[in-house]
Amino acid sequence: MLSLFLLLPLLGIIALNLPYKGKKDTVALLYVLLLSVGQAIVVLFHPANFWHMPDFWGRFFHLALYADNLTLVLILSIGIVMSAAVLVAWQTISESKSRLNFINLALVALIGMNGTVLLTDIFSLYVFLEVTAISSFILIAFQRDLNALEGAFKYIVLSALATIMMLSAIAALLLFSGDTSFASVSQAVKNNCCNPIIIFAITLFVCGLFIKGGLVPFHGWLPAAYSAAPAAVSVLLAGIVTKVAGIYVLIRLVRDVFGPVGAINDILMIVGIISIIIGALAALKQDDFKKILAYSSISQVGYIILGLGCGSPLGIAGAIFHLFNHSIFKSLLFVNSAAVEKQTGSTDINKMGGLGAKMPFSNASCLIATFSTAGIPPAAGFWSKLMIIIALWQNGYHAYAAVAILVSVITLAYLLAIQRKVFFGILPDELKNIKEAGIWIVLPAATLAIIIIGVGVFFPFLFNSFLVPVSNFFK
Amino acid sequence: MTINIIIITALVTSALWTAMTVRLLRSAVGLAITSAILAILMFRLCSPIAAVFELSVCAGLIFAIFISAITVTGRITNEQIVLKKKLRLRRFWLLPVIVIIAAIVLTQIHFHAIFNLPAQPVENNVKIILWNMRHLDLLGQVVILLAGAFGVVILFKEWKND
Amino acid sequence: MTNDMSQLFWMCSIGGILVFIIGIYCILVTFNLIRAIIGLELLTKTVTLFLILAGYVTGRTGLAQALAITLIVIEVVVIAIAAGVILCVFRHNKTIDVKLLRNIKG
Repeated sequence: MLSLFLLLPLLGIIALNLPYKGKKDTVALLYVLLLSVGQAIVVLFHPANFWHMPDFWGRFFHLALYADNLTLVLILSIGIVMSAAVLVAWQTISESKSRLNFINLALVALIGMNGTVLLTDIFSLYVFLEVTAISSFILIAFQRDLNALEGAFKYIVLSALATIMMLSAIAALLLFSGDTSFASVSQAVKNNCCNPIIIFAITLFVCGLFIKGGLVPFHGWLPAAYSAAPAAVSVLLAGIVTKVAGIYVLIRLVRDVFGPVGAINDILMIVGIISIIIGALAALKQDDFKKILAYSSISQVGYIILGLGCGSPLGIAGAIFHLFNHSIFKSLLFVNSAAVEKQTGSTDINKMGGLGAKMPFSNASCLIATFSTAGIPPAAGFWSKLMIIIALWQNGYHAYAAVAILVSVITLAYLLAIQRKVFFGILPDELKNIKEAGIWIVLPAATLAIIIIGVGVFFPFLFNSFLVPVSNFFK
Repeated sequence: MTINIIIITALVTSALWTAMTVRLLRSAVGLAITSAILAILMFRLCSPIAAVFELSVCAGLIFAIFISAITVTGRITNEQIVLKKKLRLRRFWLLPVIVIIAAIVLTQIHFHAIFNLPAQPVENNVKIILWNMRHLDLLGQVVILLAGAFGVVILFKEWKND
Repeated sequence: MTNDMSQLFWMCSIGGILVFIIGIYCILVTFNLIRAIIGLELLTKTVTLFLILAGYVTGRTGLAQALAITLIVIEVVVIAIAAGVILCVFRHNKTIDVKLLRNIKG
């Protein structure tokens, strides 16, 4: 039944654009919520025959899809973040036509991301990455604000460069494998592991993914795109799109397809640690709410790459768990920034203060997300960072572990600066009449906060049932 | 072999002209010519169907997109061109030098590689491969075209304030 | 794999690499948004050539053509979106010169 993850959204897009009258935007909202929540529920309750039942379409179409534990984690996060983003869009976009456009593009992005995590062919991977990328270009630009257009243009150019690097790598791999499926590419890499062309191709591919994931030498597009995009789009982009397009693909290819070729683990660790440091230091200097979050995103993605590069099963499990946590807490922080932006009309944290009393839900959920980002118990982020740091220590990377702990403190510093300047302190006169943001922002914020605390508190139970299988998969 | 060398030289020359020429319109024409030469090369590499696509879509459709974008954003006058030429020369003079040096270095390398040809005959009919074996790519193409349609509707829509 | 084929492969690769250099230089140096996109197009041309070449030397022209056709379709959509973004920028600023646009620090 895996093809339903692609075909149902496609069906929705077609049905929503048929020429008929009616309250299309409400129907569209309900449909996309149904799909994304349904996706999360299917993962959580795991009906036994759903995942393996050959679907009806299989008789006509060859969609070579495959789901393992890593895919399930990603499908769950896609469902959660997508529903939060759509609700935020409902609150922040008032015009019915723009709402419909947003939902159409969100459905395209849903197809792109679901396809990316399910497929098993290196060229189809390019196709679906491009589906995701094109929908995000349009989403960033769709309110036609000048800054957003510039962010979109930067993203288009850098993402096109990334895909060109990946395609050159695919062409080079094709010389040896003769086919583009993961299995044959993996076989070809194994048979010619010392060939310079193969090593060059893999390096090129990984660099392309670094651009897509916004890691440090290639992060130029990320702050511009995240901070200028409309609020709901930032939630979607920061929460899940770049994580799927960059980080998931990196994990999948490095672990499953290429294997530990050459110095790839060292490259991953160096890029990871540089991203952690540069991202955190850059975040300290910003005074725009969304820019701080964007740089923080770079820094947190660095932790994921560091855990991946460490190579031990615990490190990889920690990386995947941090990927999940990151998509939850970063989308929560962006939901909070959307609430603040919607109510005050600004994202400059120096102009605010004392909003905590007026916006209690946003205040509390932002604090929870801060704890999770900085790795303070009992929030979920604590456990994933702990796993990564223990894995680093066990493998003898003491310096990396020390830096990772130190930067956690910096993370706490810049996030508490937001907390202090926005939610605590004295309320400026012009903000006296502020109210809590609408229900469709508070609801996703509360849900995401509950997920963070819940996962953190019940972590010991989850560890054996959820994380150990994920890491075993790689053995 | 000689004819291949001529085609490849023509490809590089037209690409160089595309990058170097001052007027955007000429640059777009240069791009279309590059596409056409690439199509000839692809034809010689036993890929006729992809060559036809390259010719019709890249030399045709993309050329049309560029021409309309350039006409809307306005063409520049002759005086501006003279002014621009001086400024551009400062930034672009390095390019031909780099290209020539790279060409000399690369042709000196003796490259020999052995690629494994398929052991048993493989399906080489592009229609069968595209329509019967790569359904996921086709699905992706359909979705991308839909997304492109949304993008064109959203971005090219008339502005109310103007 | 004859010697002749190896030579042809290397020649086409040289051509591809040179066009690649031209495209990268064009993107890095230009101040005009449309020319940046033209540079990207040159890079995409190279990639098309590489794919077809890989199919040719390994005797799998069918697969390579299928991939190249998909690539061309996607390329058109990306270019159309980029052109749309450029037009919107132009309507805001009446210019597409990057120098005048750099109000966002990356």
